[in-house]
Amino acid sequence: MTNIPHLLTIITFLPLVGAIFIAGIRGEEAHVARNGRWVALWTSGAVFLLSLLLWFGFDRSNPGFQFEEHAEWIPALNIAYHMGVDGISMPFVMLSTLLTPICVLASWEAIETRVKEYMIAFLVLETFMVGTFCALDFVAFYVFFEGVLIPMFIIIGVWGGPRRVYSAFKFFLFTLLGSVLMLVAILTMYDEAGTTDIPTLMTTQFDPQLQIWLWLAFFASFAVKVPMWPVHTWLPDAHVEAPTAGSVILAGVLLKMGGYGFLRFSIPMLPEASTTLAPLVFGLSIVAVIYTSLVALAQTDMKKLIAYSSVAHMGFVTAGTFALNRQGIEGAMIQMLSHGIVSGALFLCVGVVYDRLHSREIARYGGLVNNMPRYAFAFMIFTMASVGLPGTSGFIGEFLVMVGVFQSSTWVGLFITTGIILGAAYMLWLYRRVVFGKLEKDDVKAMLDLSPREVAIFVPLILIVLWMGIYPSSFTSITGPTIERLITNYEVAVGPAVPGSLIAPAEASPTEPATTEPVTTEPVTTEPAITEPAPAAPAEEQQ
Amino acid sequence: MDVAIVALPLLGALIAGLGNRRLGDRGAQWITSGLMLVSFVLSWIVFLQYDGTPRTTELFTWFASGTFEASWAVRVDQLSAVMLVVVTTVSSMVHVYSIGYMSHDDSKPRFMAYLSLFTFCMLMLVTADNFMQMFFGWEGVGLCSYLLIGFWFHRPSANAAAIKAFLVNRVGDFGFALGIMGVFLLFGTVSFDAVFAAAPGKVGQTFHFLSWDADILTTLCLLLFVGAMGKSAQLGLHTWLPDAMEGPTPVSALIHAATMVTAGVFMVCRLSPMFEYAPDAKMVVAIVGAATAFFAATVGLVQNDIKRVIAYSTCSQLGYMFFAAGVGAYGAAMFHLFTHAFFKALLFLCAGSVIHAMSDEQDMRRMGGIWKLIPWTYALMWIGSLALAGIPFFAGYYSKDIILESAFAAHTGAGTFAFWLGIGAAMMTAFYSWRLLLMTFHGQTRADHETYHHVHESPWVMLVPLIVLAIGAVFAGYLFYGSFVGEEMEQFWGASILFAEGNEVTHHAHDVPTWVKLSPLVVGIAGIAIAYLFYMVKTDLPARLAGALGGLYRFLLNKWYFDELYDAIFVEPAKKLGFGLWKGGDGAIIDRLGPDGIASVSQDVARQATKLQSGYVYHYAFAMLIGVVILVTWYMFGSGW
Repeated sequence: MTNIPHLLTIITFLPLVGAIFIAGIRGEEAHVARNGRWVALWTSGAVFLLSLLLWFGFDRSNPGFQFEEHAEWIPALNIAYHMGVDGISMPFVMLSTLLTPICVLASWEAIETRVKEYMIAFLVLETFMVGTFCALDFVAFYVFFEGVLIPMFIIIGVWGGPRRVYSAFKFFLFTLLGSVLMLVAILTMYDEAGTTDIPTLMTTQFDPQLQIWLWLAFFASFAVKVPMWPVHTWLPDAHVEAPTAGSVILAGVLLKMGGYGFLRFSIPMLPEASTTLAPLVFGLSIVAVIYTSLVALAQTDMKKLIAYSSVAHMGFVTAGTFALNRQGIEGAMIQMLSHGIVSGALFLCVGVVYDRLHSREIARYGGLVNNMPRYAFAFMIFTMASVGLPGTSGFIGEFLVMVGVFQSSTWVGLFITTGIILGAAYMLWLYRRVVFGKLEKDDVKAMLDLSPREVAIFVPLILIVLWMGIYPSSFTSITGPTIERLITNYEVAVGPAVPGSLIAPAEASPTEPATTEPVTTEPVTTEPAITEPAPAAPAEEQQ
Repeated sequence: MDVAIVALPLLGALIAGLGNRRLGDRGAQWITSGLMLVSFVLSWIVFLQYDGTPRTTELFTWFASGTFEASWAVRVDQLSAVMLVVVTTVSSMVHVYSIGYMSHDDSKPRFMAYLSLFTFCMLMLVTADNFMQMFFGWEGVGLCSYLLIGFWFHRPSANAAAIKAFLVNRVGDFGFALGIMGVFLLFGTVSFDAVFAAAPGKVGQTFHFLSWDADILTTLCLLLFVGAMGKSAQLGLHTWLPDAMEGPTPVSALIHAATMVTAGVFMVCRLSPMFEYAPDAKMVVAIVGAATAFFAATVGLVQNDIKRVIAYSTCSQLGYMFFAAGVGAYGAAMFHLFTHAFFKALLFLCAGSVIHAMSDEQDMRRMGGIWKLIPWTYALMWIGSLALAGIPFFAGYYSKDIILESAFAAHTGAGTFAFWLGIGAAMMTAFYSWRLLLMTFHGQTRADHETYHHVHESPWVMLVPLIVLAIGAVFAGYLFYGSFVGEEMEQFWGASILFAEGNEVTHHAHDVPTWVKLSPLVVGIAGIAIAYLFYMVKTDLPARLAGALGGLYRFLLNKWYFDELYDAIFVEPAKKLGFGLWKGGDGAIIDRLGPDGIASVSQDVARQATKLQSGYVYHYAFAMLIGVVILVTWYMFGSGW
């Protein structure tokens, strides 16, 4: 079932075909809108079904790239069209293809103007998102990565709230600022290595001095995307003004591109710089977790609150990533996937009440549990997942990150862990003000519970949240081998010891069986353990 | 069978929770209660047939990340068997009782579903074979506690109490989580058996924790104990428990008296193979426990809400359990946990029966003179109070005495401290128990006419569970003394509790001087006598005393001002800080220095394109410069991290 040729290309560009199809619809407006919606739903649904082939066809014991496609593009410059997914990128492809149909459904009634253009924007966005995660050549990657900005900019700027222009520009400027630097870095790397092929670059050893600069340039781009403190201020504004589905994609997928970038580029290509600069990331992550959690506590706007909570949760991701050990990185992966689902779902929850009352003010609501029990139930599940209650996806991600970070530095572990208290504070307080309490306002009383369409949106998300919380092995068996290889290669590059600037406990670290021989010479030509799984075979491959 | 005990309540919760429309109130109540009763019977079978060999049923892997892995498992050893009995007995009785108690409520299925879900989480906690599943149960019961405290969500006070309970518990869990991380860091596993086997090897070793070289086992035990303090409402993290009385009374009986709050005690006993090698940590446990026992008893003296009196009493009794564990008498701690579950659940449910009879009145100042009207409740409340006060041959007598004797027999500073505070608390316990009895049932009624005439005995569906618990409150001490703390103790507990070499405290406890053995009884009777004097003979005495000692009275009435203190130190500053960082940090600094200049300008981008460009470069350079400065500084000073 997996031998469909060019599967990744089909998944990537099928939405674009759908978009072109929608663009061709002519006729009176209501007719166009209806057909546009249906075509978008069918297209994105088909893409999701196709991406299931990835999920089931994925060889979970293979840490390398799979479903690879290679075609010449600009041979003179040694630039190729190269696609492929591994355990790190494949889950993100799934996340993108899952959230897009959900977004189309969520916009079914909320978007009434220029439906055709809206649906086109979403499908184009899907192509760029999937492409970003599949691309194995820098040029294609850069095109997709930057391309994402355009439909998102348009979605916020056209279908957004009253301050949409301000927000759209803020979003665009921030992300562009980082991207320019990344382009410089990519060009420099091309200059050094003579290729833009990502797998090749992952085995190329760059000069440690140069690595620092390259790393910082990448960092500028990814930190904005994540977003890390202090370049996070575009996010609350963008979320507040974006239509619901825009927020879902923004929080669900776009933020993950930063984390993906760290895992795909910063750590494997620039291992020494990653070691050196990990404390910077730790520092910013700690600030992100504590600072933005406190800020979230002060919010009066539901979307802003969840936006700030996203920054805090992504702080866990960055901290875990640069713990540079198995639990930290795996936790960061799970946390990103979980956050993609949970924060997306929370924005959908806001969207449900926004559609009914057209207000995001927390104080406008209260007592919704009385007339919207199904809504209260869904919202509660996602609140708990956001709080990181064991049994939900949020816990697995958060806890693995904390365990990983704690091994790197107990101080950082201590600070990051405060997030579990602060996170509970702002989420429960939000829930209490919106859902609990007396039902007093007349217009709130008139609100109806979830419609079947909305139930259809929430049920799969709830199931995924619980599935990831109770049996995350389905996910870690995909990510595990790739992460194992990532760490092995990283340790070969910098030596297996725990990074020198971080404290190591007096006991020998019992968690990382030092299976890799410390390679210190001839780093340029090493191709460490690329094709074979690391000797310390992951334990979870039982199925 | 082990798995069924745990799974049946979950099944009940799912059926009642998700199928509520079709099932109806009756259906939800009978299905949850029925499944719970089956679980209850099975638990007793497991307990009585337990052959001394621990067994673990592994279900499936929960997660595995490198060597950090945990499975869903049901582990049965003596310790979990005892907890299974406690949890399922009280829970099934509370389920049945709730059918009557909640008869006027609109959302019965939801209530029953929460109760069953709670029971499931609690059973997961006690049958865990690794730290992570324990943490799952730990937080799961916290969630259910949150949902049940806030069950009447239209009340602002209930919502506030629910959030408070969750957050204070999260503070405890913060310690617990750090403890687990430390365990994994130093042991490389989170499985109980592996950690316990390796613990003796870590004695005296240190590791670099934060900026200090700390003793491994002491640090880990203390971190884990912070979790226990949160869940078991020990001094400092106790503030949520009295407020939790906002929940319906059956909830108070099940969660906030008999089961969830004792999870901390259970945890310390379960981790005895670690605590036994961390004498400093044990000392802290003993001191905190003793201080809590004393503190909560003082506050209990002056409360007027019938449920709050019992809540502080619970807090105080939990203190007893902790200092028992702290001096190494784990058997005594578990024994008191066991007997306390019966008589405290009984007391709460009786209080519920009173409240039910008094048309939801909870203030004892508006009760009195009703004992003839509700004789069953009255008699059962006497049994509960006698057991609580430690009057001979009731359950509490056996367990409380062995705790105090163990504390004395420990012959350590902390032990002696705990002994004397415990004796003081015992006297206050007897006093406030009879104060409660006399104010509630005797004297001239202070209820209004309407209420008084409505007073009625509870239906049988509520009384039968009370009688079952009363049987436990009478006999549990006598019957199980030998096994839990007596001759057969070592054999009974087997490997589930570790008594390190030289820990003979429970044995010595049997040979303490006679005055030590008698003193709990003496102070108990004295406390009852004083209460009788105050509330039956010279009824103006309490008011005069309160007037004479006004400062002390207010101090106690306001619960030592803990709430006010925490509000001033944590809650308000956090809110202010959050607001300040938002407006000041994000708004005034980051945005103004960063994008706002650009973005506002770019709104009329057509006219001022050039300005945008220069502004952008300028700002960008500025940001980079700051970044470099931070980086360099960080790197030069930060290498010590």
